[in-house]
Amino acid sequence: MKLPKSQIFLLVALLVAGGFSAFSGRIDPYILDVTLGVGIAITLASSLNLINGFTGQFSLGHAGFMAVGAYSSAMLTTTLGPKLGASAGVLQWVLFPASLLLGGLVAALAGLAVGAPSLRLKGDYLAIVTLGFGEIIKVILQNVDAVGGARGLVGIPDYTNLFWTFGVAAVTVYVVWALLNSTYGRGFLAVADDEVAAEAMGLNTTRYKITAFVVGSFFAGVAGGLYAHLKGYLNPGGFDFNKSIEIVVMVILGGMGRHVGVIVAAVLLAVLNETLRSFGDYRMILYSLLLILLMLTRPQGLFTWTPRKKSAA
Amino acid sequence: MASLLQLENVTIRFGGLTAVSSVSATVQEGELVGLIGPNGAGKTTVFNMVTGVYQPTEGSIAFAGQPTAGLKPFEITERGIARTFQNIRLFPSLSVFDNVRVAFHLHLKHDSVHSLTRGPKFHREEIELRERTRELLAIFNLERVQDEPSKSLSYGDQRRLEIIRALATRPKLLLLDEPAAGMNPAEKLELMKLIQFIRDKFQLAILLVEHDMKVVMGICQRIHVLEYGRKIAEGTPAEIRANPAVIAAYLG
Repeated sequence: MKLPKSQIFLLVALLVAGGFSAFSGRIDPYILDVTLGVGIAITLASSLNLINGFTGQFSLGHAGFMAVGAYSSAMLTTTLGPKLGASAGVLQWVLFPASLLLGGLVAALAGLAVGAPSLRLKGDYLAIVTLGFGEIIKVILQNVDAVGGARGLVGIPDYTNLFWTFGVAAVTVYVVWALLNSTYGRGFLAVADDEVAAEAMGLNTTRYKITAFVVGSFFAGVAGGLYAHLKGYLNPGGFDFNKSIEIVVMVILGGMGRHVGVIVAAVLLAVLNETLRSFGDYRMILYSLLLILLMLTRPQGLFTWTPRKKSAA
Repeated sequence: MASLLQLENVTIRFGGLTAVSSVSATVQEGELVGLIGPNGAGKTTVFNMVTGVYQPTEGSIAFAGQPTAGLKPFEITERGIARTFQNIRLFPSLSVFDNVRVAFHLHLKHDSVHSLTRGPKFHREEIELRERTRELLAIFNLERVQDEPSKSLSYGDQRRLEIIRALATRPKLLLLDEPAAGMNPAEKLELMKLIQFIRDKFQLAILLVEHDMKVVMGICQRIHVLEYGRKIAEGTPAEIRANPAVIAAYLG
């Protein structure tokens, strides 16, 4: 059977990620760490792009879903891992992906729970609800002792490697792309453009929005799992409002609803994030300045050179 | 024969304001019916009740013999009522082609999961849908601009595209909300021909809200007249023209 181009892309991406992963021992640890961060950023930005970009909702809670995924996944590997008595290799290649899946599913459930009642709200109102959700998650995590409370969750094994990180990123990009490039998927864009008209054309707009929200949350959760097993340490404060904003900025900078643009923006900002680290607290100021400048000069996003495909399969 | 669309004593109140009061009306299969009345008479409100945007406070609406109470707008479209809007509501970020294609969505057998697996069945159906979209656009001579963004079309073409998009849902009843608004006399003539052509070609009933008397009188078989939310007359164009109540309220 001849595979469609998009699936070949996915396959190649997975193979390349696997190939590089085999040689990751020779890569400078700092560079490796930044690269993995970039991969996670791509997953986060692409999944948020489905919600904020393509479906036209405005979620400010992506870090919250990421936190849900990160903690779920880390709890599984830290509690179940030592009991299994399996070798590190088995744990990394069997238990870890299972934990990522769990993190994604729990985050998707959280997405459903938050999304189902609040997606009737539009624009700013939805933003406030999701913002509240993100804060609630943070506060809950700070106060539950079983997950380390405010001290954070420590001793998470470092299973995250190039293969898992960029494999997940490739799958995310593929899923978002494939969902949209179909007659069904054009409905997401229609919902973003005009809900009343979309509904009048027989599109179940609520279902579309929830689908986008749940799929987006799922991948945020998986990204959280990767993040947990990259850093080896989780701190509720790391999933605050700023983190959500960071992801939103990637989506806006890349041009809402652009596949490639958002990936480029995610790479750029993730790297920038690292290079600006020496500025410490001034980082957010630079971020904000960047946003203001961008909105004044290029409100349609920085990377909008590829015209949106008209009728691609 | 049962009516395709039947409104029985339909009333809607917004707070203390009764926008539509005890209106009864019917549309038969294949019929071209006009709904006229002065500004604020409740014509668009009637449309919004028929399409499920508003639920009537009292009275009932039935389509093809089935009550439509409690149905959401998209469910009503599934049953075979499609509409256009008074102020054009196309999907601006989609191409002309995709505007129509997305409306074919109702007749899809595949859904989100098939978009991901992209198997042969998915591709066959997508190819078939694209073919049907092209055919539909070709009937209205819009295939030459199919890749343009919909907002780049001329005003008249946007109106036509909105009608085509509604047709893609394969309705039994098409509701047109002031399709002639903002058109010049030549475009209006064209529109009259188009509406009759659609009725014959697609074998559907059309309910038309319109301000322009020439358009309504020219093509409608039957006309309902609303004033202040009440129905004051019903009849053929000739009867309506001679009706003193209508003349007093509207034509005079």
